[in-house]
Amino acid sequence: MLEQILALLPQVIFDGLILGFVYAMVALGYTMVYGVLELINFAHSEIFMIGAVVGVEVFRYLAPQVESGFLLLLLALILGGAVAGITAILVERFAYRPLRKRGTTNRLVPLITAIGVSFILQDLVRLIEGLWHNEFFLRMRTVEDLEGSVELFGGAIFAQTKSFILMGVSILMLLGLTYLVNRTKLGVAIRAVAQDLHTASLMGIDPDRIISRTFLIGGSLGGVAGVLFALQYTTITPYVGFLPGIKAFTAAVLGGIGNIPGAMLGGLVLGQLENFFGTYLPILTNGNFGTEYKDVVAFLILILILLLRPQGLLGQVVKEKV
Amino acid sequence: MNALSFLLSLAYLGLAFLAPSPVSHLFGLAALGVTAFLRLSPTWRTLNLALLTLAFTVGLMRSGNTLGLIGLVGILVALTTLPRIPTGIRVLLALAILLLSVPMAGFANTFIFELGIQIGIYAAMALGLNVVVGMAGLLDLGYAAFFAVGAYTWAIFGSEQAKNFMQGNFPLPGEYMYLFMGIAIVTTALTGLVIGLPALRLRGDYLAIVTLGLGEVVRILANNLDHPINFTNGPQGITPVQRPPIDWFRQLMATLGVHLDRTTDYQLFFYFLVLLMIGLVVLVNVNLANSRFGRAWVAIREDEVAARSMGIPLLPTKLLAFMTGAAFSGVMGVIFAAQRTFVSPESFTLLASITILGMVILGGMGSIPGAILGAAALTILNLDVLKTFSEFVRTSLPQIPNQVDPAKYERLVFGLILVLMMIFRPEGLIPEKRHKAEMAAFPEGKQGGEA
Amino acid sequence: MRKIGLLVAGVAALGMALGQANVIKIATQSPLSGPQAALGEQIKLGAELAVEEAKARFKALGFDLVLVPYDDQANPDVGVANANRIINDPDILGVVGHLNSGVAIPSSEVYARVNLVMVSPANTNPRVTDRKLPNVNRICGRDDVQGPVGAQYAFNNLKVKNVFIIHDKTAYGQGLAEEFRKRLEALGGKAVAFVGTEETSNFVPIINQIRAARPVPELIYFGGIYSQIGPFVKQLRERGVKTRLMGGDGLDSSEFVRLAGKENAAGTFYTTVAGPVSAFPKAKAVAERFKKKYGKDMEGFGIYAYDSANVILAGLEAAIKAAGGKKPTREQVAQAVRQVKMEGLTGTIEFDDKGDNKKAKYFVMQVASTGNWADNKLIRVIEMAAPGAK
Repeated sequence: MLEQILALLPQVIFDGLILGFVYAMVALGYTMVYGVLELINFAHSEIFMIGAVVGVEVFRYLAPQVESGFLLLLLALILGGAVAGITAILVERFAYRPLRKRGTTNRLVPLITAIGVSFILQDLVRLIEGLWHNEFFLRMRTVEDLEGSVELFGGAIFAQTKSFILMGVSILMLLGLTYLVNRTKLGVAIRAVAQDLHTASLMGIDPDRIISRTFLIGGSLGGVAGVLFALQYTTITPYVGFLPGIKAFTAAVLGGIGNIPGAMLGGLVLGQLENFFGTYLPILTNGNFGTEYKDVVAFLILILILLLRPQGLLGQVVKEKV
Repeated sequence: MNALSFLLSLAYLGLAFLAPSPVSHLFGLAALGVTAFLRLSPTWRTLNLALLTLAFTVGLMRSGNTLGLIGLVGILVALTTLPRIPTGIRVLLALAILLLSVPMAGFANTFIFELGIQIGIYAAMALGLNVVVGMAGLLDLGYAAFFAVGAYTWAIFGSEQAKNFMQGNFPLPGEYMYLFMGIAIVTTALTGLVIGLPALRLRGDYLAIVTLGLGEVVRILANNLDHPINFTNGPQGITPVQRPPIDWFRQLMATLGVHLDRTTDYQLFFYFLVLLMIGLVVLVNVNLANSRFGRAWVAIREDEVAARSMGIPLLPTKLLAFMTGAAFSGVMGVIFAAQRTFVSPESFTLLASITILGMVILGGMGSIPGAILGAAALTILNLDVLKTFSEFVRTSLPQIPNQVDPAKYERLVFGLILVLMMIFRPEGLIPEKRHKAEMAAFPEGKQGGEA
Repeated sequence: MRKIGLLVAGVAALGMALGQANVIKIATQSPLSGPQAALGEQIKLGAELAVEEAKARFKALGFDLVLVPYDDQANPDVGVANANRIINDPDILGVVGHLNSGVAIPSSEVYARVNLVMVSPANTNPRVTDRKLPNVNRICGRDDVQGPVGAQYAFNNLKVKNVFIIHDKTAYGQGLAEEFRKRLEALGGKAVAFVGTEETSNFVPIINQIRAARPVPELIYFGGIYSQIGPFVKQLRERGVKTRLMGGDGLDSSEFVRLAGKENAAGTFYTTVAGPVSAFPKAKAVAERFKKKYGKDMEGFGIYAYDSANVILAGLEAAIKAAGGKKPTREQVAQAVRQVKMEGLTGTIEFDDKGDNKKAKYFVMQVASTGNWADNKLIRVIEMAAPGAK
């Protein structure tokens, strides 16, 4: 048994990394919005899905025109990120802002709104794709340039070109975001709003604008993650966002919600855990508990972390504001 | 004005009798609207409502069109919300609708029984969730898990399923269902305890995500516990589940002069059973709301820190709310399993949880008549209105592409309901007083962020 | 006693008064939306074609024939809710459906309350007919034959001993996979693993399990629907696993090729209970009409739905005749359908006492490399009675 596990371990870790980067990028969207508004933006999983759908459509329509697969992917990433980011802004503008302006103190209200928005976006995309192509399952078109693969470490790891692209793009985006938040004026403003929205507005920061930007950044990251997800796993549906969304949120909580490096770390850890248990559970339990329990394990770990370390892996204890 | 509305109601009575059709029912709904929203003297209004009750009943008996049922629900809402109607008349009319009109309509169209039963099951669950979300302010996104536990509690022992892991004479005879309604209270409350103990230590938003996750866990368990030991029969589901014998009920009805056949006997029985359960649940709900616990829940909802400083033990109080809500759901799960005779994991998805939440929100968080209205509205919408609309589109307007079929966009409709309600009427259709004050708009510019 | 009889007559009369005397409706229930719509739509269109073609015949008998399609969304709750609506339309005298056994089982309990006849073109789970409901029939085969047919072909013809078995955690997929495993092990083969998954996008953990499995599997068997197997195969082949693949009738849709990619899908074996047009010489003309009318190719379930609808129509005609030209009751129709013996596109259709087709056909197929579903190779046809039938 141990032999079987060890033989596969490098591959499992590698595949876990791919999944982990997807979760990390989506988790950032949750964590940033939570940092500013203390809102679990359920609709973020649909922003991710919209990115994936745009990616599929770009490949569908531009693949015959664009020679280079890499250029095509770049276009898909830009468009996917843009459309997703704009959708996120629109959601904020038309669903969350009215609530904020009314100044509802009940925290359930925005949360329930977010769930509603999430459902609306799912079915809208389904309707649009249904009318457009009469398709429920959208398949990412295969492009030759991106399909290569190599075997590393004497065949211990089987790696695809697109997996490296996914990791490379994710790392770039994560570094970029870290720079943006820590070194730019916008970053300072976002952090100020996250710390205290009311005081920030007294300091000459327009909170609405900053919140809008936050949604744009988080949404674009989610959209880019969606394009890469579609490229990696090839088939998507309008409901594809739900599970990755929930898990990415779990990752954000795992790392410490509101904490940007925490979300990245949480994503990577969760990707590893899920892939590890997904692959090994049947081997470890002698076939009694199969792959299907991998989400159970993920949720149980979430609960454990929340009980033992409610602030998450990298989070700081925040006294509740009274 | 009074005379006009009276004439309208009278006209509808005539229409319902002579030409029952969807159009005449729409006319009836208009007459009901006039009665409810125009300024009428209480006497005329009461008279109108009585007349409309009669008219909708007649219309339903003669055509079985479910629009009539919507009318009856509307009258029930009017009876609970309109001011200055004598209490005696309110009770009398409501009882007449529930005990006479709906069953009589059900004989013309057994689908009305099915609707009534489903509304009842969901209403009882909405009332249970109302305790958790509405009163105690704990957002539970995995409420269908308790429904599942209740349904499986009876399904496993009320079928041959239990033979797989224990000795005994299974299926248990149908009478045991009543016992299992009690047992389900215990099992679901225990499940509530197990889920709540870790989850309720968390702050509001975390609670939402953890209950959502645990709701999924329960569904995954139901779907996978067919091996190594076969508890739930996995995705195959459990069937047939026993129903209680109802010979006594048939005899009772026969002495009352009501003849039942195979298509109506169990439906009528379950309809009355569900009504009885709602009655009990409402009773418990009202008593709880006015009890020490009810006040403690509201205190926690309004301000956790303040509540704790007032000496309310947070975790036990929250747990109690959670377990109470779970127990309501569990009992209805048993009835669901017996009425359907089939249980499978696919009935207990996140969408089911969100649907129940949508019912509570539509009606008004914390409001008892609100939760029932929400359940009625969403169930009718989901099972009847969207489907009728789809059938109409598919048969009469075939040039409209299949992709626009309304029945498949229930999520869109729920989503719109949730968002629009939150933006424009967060206190719900029939608001509870305290919530109404809390949800009331602050003037522009005074942000609530610092709370 | 007489009082009750009068009341029954009264209720029946009321029911008749509500329905229109000269309209007869046939309902279909199948998923028209969502993941399995491609298969469900074939069922609806196949039945619709049969009804359209019979309209003139029924007009001569004095009845307007109408088809009412319902969308069960492959979900038992929706199916049951639809069934409750269907039984309340007194004009509906027969149901063609469903696609998913998990939906058909609870829904048919509802039809049984009013003796409404259901003829299934696609439900293969044994329990559909093993409950012995007098109103439930199917013209297709059963999983407890389909699974073994696959296992036998794999063991005897493909000379495969070690099989990695996957299923989709639905009533259909898991049931089929279990039947496959039983027969494989009885023959002396070995199930290297038996894994269920609800996953729809990331199949990497399972693919890694396959790569690590010892003894090395020579075949992968997937009991599931094309929507899941398609992306699975794509990822499997992309990762360089060349192990052969076999599936059941859930894979029998051209959508499989679209999702998996032509080159990845090619060579996949599958068993099906609804053979292709090429297997039925008589179906060719109908398939052409189908294509002309709906602009789509007729696939296996379309043919079977066409036959299912015709079985109901034949039963209806017999019942109308027996009722002296009047509209028959549902019970009469259900009885007449059970008695039907006819030559359909798919061969002789005749039901046993449980409602199974006395001799159902099972097909072993292989996906063609051309990407055209109609080109798929028909490897063998097996005709077999349902197990345990008299």
